[in-house]
Amino acid sequence: MKKMIAGLGFALAAAAMTTGANAADTYPDRPISVMVSYGAGGATDFQARIVTMVAGNEDLLGQPIVIINKPGAGGRVGWNWLATKADNDGYTVGAYNVPHFIAQSIKGGVQYSTDSFEPIANWGSDPAVVVVGKDSEFDSMEDLVAYAKKNPGKTTMSGAGLFVGHHIAALQIEKACDCKMAYIPTKGGGAAAMKAVIAGDTLAGINNLSDAYRAREAGNVKILGVADLERNEEFLADVPTLKEAGLDVDNSSVNFRGLMVPKGTDPAVIEMLAAKVPEMFANGRVAKRMKAGGSPMKIMTRDEVLKMWSERQTYLEELLEGL
Amino acid sequence: MEFLSYFGGVFEPVAMLLLLGGTVGGLILGATPGLSPTMAVALLIPFTFHLSPTHGLILLGAAYTSTVAGGAVSAILLRIPGAPANIATALDGHEMAKQGEGARALHLSFLASGIGGVIGVLLLIFLTPVLAQWALAFGPSHLFWMAILGVTLIGSLDSKSFVKGLLSGCIGLWLSTIGYDDMQGAPRFIFADALTGGINIIAALIGLFAIPQVMEMFAKGRNAAAIQAVTVTKHKLSASAKEIGQSGRALTVGTVVGSIIGLIPGVGGQIAGLVAYDQTRKLSPHKAKFGTGHPEGVIAAESANNAMVGPSLVPLLTLSIPGSPTAAVLLGGLLIHGIFPGGDLFERHPEVIWTFINSMLLGQILMVAFGIWIAASAAKIARAPMPIMAAAVLILAVFGSYSVQQSMGDVYVMLVLGIGMYALEKFGFSAAPLVLGLILGPIAEANFIQGSMIATATDGSLAYFFGGPLNIALVSLVVGSILYSFLSNRQVNTALKTVEAAE
Repeated sequence: MKKMIAGLGFALAAAAMTTGANAADTYPDRPISVMVSYGAGGATDFQARIVTMVAGNEDLLGQPIVIINKPGAGGRVGWNWLATKADNDGYTVGAYNVPHFIAQSIKGGVQYSTDSFEPIANWGSDPAVVVVGKDSEFDSMEDLVAYAKKNPGKTTMSGAGLFVGHHIAALQIEKACDCKMAYIPTKGGGAAAMKAVIAGDTLAGINNLSDAYRAREAGNVKILGVADLERNEEFLADVPTLKEAGLDVDNSSVNFRGLMVPKGTDPAVIEMLAAKVPEMFANGRVAKRMKAGGSPMKIMTRDEVLKMWSERQTYLEELLEGL
Repeated sequence: MEFLSYFGGVFEPVAMLLLLGGTVGGLILGATPGLSPTMAVALLIPFTFHLSPTHGLILLGAAYTSTVAGGAVSAILLRIPGAPANIATALDGHEMAKQGEGARALHLSFLASGIGGVIGVLLLIFLTPVLAQWALAFGPSHLFWMAILGVTLIGSLDSKSFVKGLLSGCIGLWLSTIGYDDMQGAPRFIFADALTGGINIIAALIGLFAIPQVMEMFAKGRNAAAIQAVTVTKHKLSASAKEIGQSGRALTVGTVVGSIIGLIPGVGGQIAGLVAYDQTRKLSPHKAKFGTGHPEGVIAAESANNAMVGPSLVPLLTLSIPGSPTAAVLLGGLLIHGIFPGGDLFERHPEVIWTFINSMLLGQILMVAFGIWIAASAAKIARAPMPIMAAAVLILAVFGSYSVQQSMGDVYVMLVLGIGMYALEKFGFSAAPLVLGLILGPIAEANFIQGSMIATATDGSLAYFFGGPLNIALVSLVVGSILYSFLSNRQVNTALKTVEAAE
């Protein structure tokens, strides 16, 4: 018994010494939480669970990652929490969705901006696509634009909400075709927006490439265009970009997903994560699961993400001005 | 009859073990306050990474089925509804438990769940293509009227007073507006950080139902003479089975209402139990007995919330649209194995999908067996001395509301709502209409906003909200429901006056 107590004492002393020395050296020595600001079952949650599943491997982080969902108000609740409440000790990481959180911070009413967070790495990019029901009279973007020009304000288009990628894409399309459409935000994310298109509640819709690909596989929709710089060769090689269809729309609405930490996190911790996390995303098992689920991957390093964030910030400020 | 040929897959040793494990685990998770079926299924998803698609889905299907029924255990014994689906079960079930009839209430609840559940899954097996079209028929205007129809039930859910029922409902509707609004992102009534995400429905449920009861128990516990010893009556299973056999009306209403509501994407099973409960009461010759421990209430509520399980998967499996939060999590479980739901799912992966559906069918039966087995011992909980019981319920309430999203804010919300409800109950208000308001508020609001945006862009609001047979049918139901509540309320009032005059 005495031996045990003595042993325990030593262990405690050792533990105290390591924390005293430098927390960054031993980081991470316990599981890391990743906050997802959307509900369980959503695309971001689903992908976050896959890309973090190998975190426990010894050559990666060596500690498992657990997902915590803080859904509400299009992600505002979770990001507010991460910016103001979360510990910046490196054990609380958040998942970001660009352009969502940047557009929301420009619109105001939230407690975060790009300055509140430090990006770690990007795992996926899900471009917005334009979908119509399988029996729709529209077979191409040209058809849809011609209809919108003839019937200003009557082309209803569903999307996941206001100031998310889908909304940005709708705004860009309106600007590019110089015509008026009616963007209808839905509560309940991309799934509800897709339902609106399939059921014919709206004439068209903007949705995620991954969800639209599945809906097309199921024979429910036609996909008219991709709001990206290039076609998606992996999933939708036959669908033209909006540029090809004559609309000057770039990739600003692409939904980038990745990990970030709150401002004030130890730079050594950020550096360690920025080195290891892209490796974790690149893991073969992760890639296999992501492909099976129809989720396009795009791994970007911390520096690339910093650049992408600042480009989006400038562009969105301009686009959302006066809205 | 194709599904019969895949029954073999369910009886493989590994599949059977997973089915058993999922059912027992689901019952326990479901009975734990704060763990809704959605959470339980989400927790199990990582386990399915290592299983084959078929095995993974068996585990998820069994867990989904039994968590919905397991929620009845805490609703009946502790008056903590495990999920919104079990609210109506708590109304009469807990009264029965207080009278020592806990075992009977649990028997009835599991048998009714089983019957409703099996019928629901059979609907899924035989009518999927027809039902899929039906699910799509509900657009924003119809969902708005559905929610309004739910709101009109509010007044009649409170058995004591029509006006107080409506008032409680309005408080619920107001509470549902707290937080960032989901469509525009406008912050509303956020006075504390804990409220930014709005009021979490699970935390609210626990607070509104469990806390007033805990306070009541503490208040009585101070006075030794007031402690009533509850004698737990043993209940024979055969007697329960016979009783179920004689409750055709409650079972039918519950199963029909549950299946229809389960099918509509976006409304989900949250209100199936409450609507079935209310309809059964309106059709019953023993209206006054509801709320005082009437078995029909339990039967209607539980058959409805399990009948909803099968049909709620129709939009997911045929159209790849998850109709409820739990279906969304199940979609993740399918995708992780590279299975895309959709019209031709039954041709591409018949072995996976039929085994999954069969396992839900078998899961319903296993769930009844295990549920009844635990009923006898679980019912003894009612015999615990009141102060101990109160403390235990309080601990479970705090644990349950914290565990929903690891947030202490939810615990405070739960406590504040609970204490408020205690005061309101003293004035004759009740929790059920308040919760209904809280659930329906966001559905009505979002669909109204969406509907009016579509209406403005197309034919105008009048044509959009009142045009078409489905809109007209729903509006007539709303008007009928209001008239009914109004007239029956007047009848009660006249009856009361006659009694007073006679005295």
